[in-house]
Amino acid sequence: MTEFFQLFIITWEYENIRPIIEIENLTAGYDDYTVLENISFKVHQGEIFAILGGSGCGKSTLLKHMTGLMPPVSGKIEILNRDLVQASGRKRTDILKQIGVAFQSGALFGSMTVLENISLPLCEFTALDSSIIKDIALMKLEQVGLENSAFLMPGELSGGMKKRAALARAMALDPAIIFLDEPSAGLDPVTSAQLDILIKNLAADLGITFVIVTHELASINAISDRVIMLEKNTKSIIAEGTPEQMRNDSGNPYVYNFFNRIIDKGEK
Amino acid sequence: MAGYFKYNISQTDNGPVLHLEGNLDTSTVPVAWRRLVKKFPEHACPVIDLKKIKTMDMAGASFICHLETRLRTAGIWPVTISGLKPDHSSLIDLARKIRQHNIRSTKSGKKLSCVEKQGRRLWQVSAEARQFISYTGEIFWALVRSLVNPSSIRWQDVFHTAEQAGVNALPIIVLISFIVGLVMAFQAAIPMKMFGTELYVADLIGIAMVRELGPLMTAIVLAGRSASAFAAEIGTMRINEEIDALNVMGLDPVRFLIVPRMIASTFTTPLLAVFANLAGILGGALVIISMGYPVVAYYSHVASFVETGDFAGGMVKCFVFGILIAGAGCIRGYQAGSGPSAVGIATTKAVVTGIILIVVFDGIFSVIYYYLGV
Repeated sequence: MTEFFQLFIITWEYENIRPIIEIENLTAGYDDYTVLENISFKVHQGEIFAILGGSGCGKSTLLKHMTGLMPPVSGKIEILNRDLVQASGRKRTDILKQIGVAFQSGALFGSMTVLENISLPLCEFTALDSSIIKDIALMKLEQVGLENSAFLMPGELSGGMKKRAALARAMALDPAIIFLDEPSAGLDPVTSAQLDILIKNLAADLGITFVIVTHELASINAISDRVIMLEKNTKSIIAEGTPEQMRNDSGNPYVYNFFNRIIDKGEK
Repeated sequence: MAGYFKYNISQTDNGPVLHLEGNLDTSTVPVAWRRLVKKFPEHACPVIDLKKIKTMDMAGASFICHLETRLRTAGIWPVTISGLKPDHSSLIDLARKIRQHNIRSTKSGKKLSCVEKQGRRLWQVSAEARQFISYTGEIFWALVRSLVNPSSIRWQDVFHTAEQAGVNALPIIVLISFIVGLVMAFQAAIPMKMFGTELYVADLIGIAMVRELGPLMTAIVLAGRSASAFAAEIGTMRINEEIDALNVMGLDPVRFLIVPRMIASTFTTPLLAVFANLAGILGGALVIISMGYPVVAYYSHVASFVETGDFAGGMVKCFVFGILIAGAGCIRGYQAGSGPSAVGIATTKAVVTGIILIVVFDGIFSVIYYYLGV
């Protein structure tokens, strides 16, 4: 009986507490070409939320919209209960300061050391003394296991190190949400697993919400709390749930095949 | 939202205690820093009480560690931190670890003396020069091999580059040469008119454009336009590992990328210079016509004064300038390092190297032509 009530309370809280990200009827595209149509979903505080789908289904386009890099054709994007689409000027900057983005390539500034890359947002957006900024940047690097690479240039880092440095930069201003674009792409399984553990620990310890765009099934199964799956032909979300639900009970053959790595012989 | 921060000092039996209260985070640490660290040792206390601190982030933890370090440096040791919450304790430990590491790395960092810096710079310059000479030899050898066996040349690339770097540069070269001819004629005509010799401006413009300014203006414009484009293209290919891809496929990147550009540049530069000469002479003609002289008079002066040898001398120069422009652009691009700034550096070096080489070789040609009597 107690368990039932606990489950009821958790479900009620989940449905009724305002989400940290709310996407409503989002239609996105480039010029005349629509990539996503009428997408709606919510992300809650502290979740590791994965956006999944085959190549060209609009995962990265959705991420660009959620991070304010592209305006939507129509629809609403609310980040921390504030409308990102309508916000401009200082309001928009305030929203963007609450999010961190780690791009697929790392996108570290090549002319700066790793430490300078991480210090940059702190220098620009806080009034902290330079010695404190340096300490914070070093602490962020310690958190991602790059404490000995602070004075290296991005060109001297391996792929996995670049991704971790990008994650440290995304965390610099202690954002509420971190968006990760293909964090495991191009990494060996061990480095990829290390990165997964790091993300899971950061979410658990610091309460950061992670939105991850990926098609690495191992990572999704290992860390994500909830997954949505996009599909190219319908231009919409075809399934939503926990990785377990997606793997076994989605009821959609495409999702089942995707999660169980089964090749549909009818597909060309 | 900015938090609040307060502090006060109380006297106890064990000495003064610094009480901190409120939030110690990114928004309040700048204030705390100004009041407590910058004015140090005004509020120096061996005991720091953090019991009333509600929230603390990395900035707050780093601030506490800085305060500790200042106290230790001032001889106030040991410092007691009381009332520390368990979740803040791990942050302070991390900040202490970072500060220790930071101090060690600052101490071990060795600063170079001025002589050492100059020595390093000289070593870099000489290494770059050696590499430049080595690439020049490599390109020269590849050119010779290609000319011996013309079928190995990628003619499609040659024509494409000739169009991009040559034909498309025609309007800008014609415009600049026309204006140079016009301005030079105008400036020369004013004093010469006082002696009634303004028609001799035609001789001046003809010889100056054909022998010197036509080839030189063409080469400088091409160094800015084409050499930079070659360096950017090849530099980007170097960064994207396209040159490595050519190497592992067994294709010679010099034959593949540099030889077509060299040939295109070598043959288009003299052609562009012909148009530059014509445009410059036309610019001069405009000034003379505006002074009331007929075109025929201007033409006869130019035709009688400028000889075939002058024209040929200018064309030979252009031929060499074409090689220098393509060589500077391609070699600088080929030498590009890694990172996004590498292409920018390579492009700048290509233009500077190209212009320096053009000016130096122009001087050498002047001396050679003087002794040859051209």
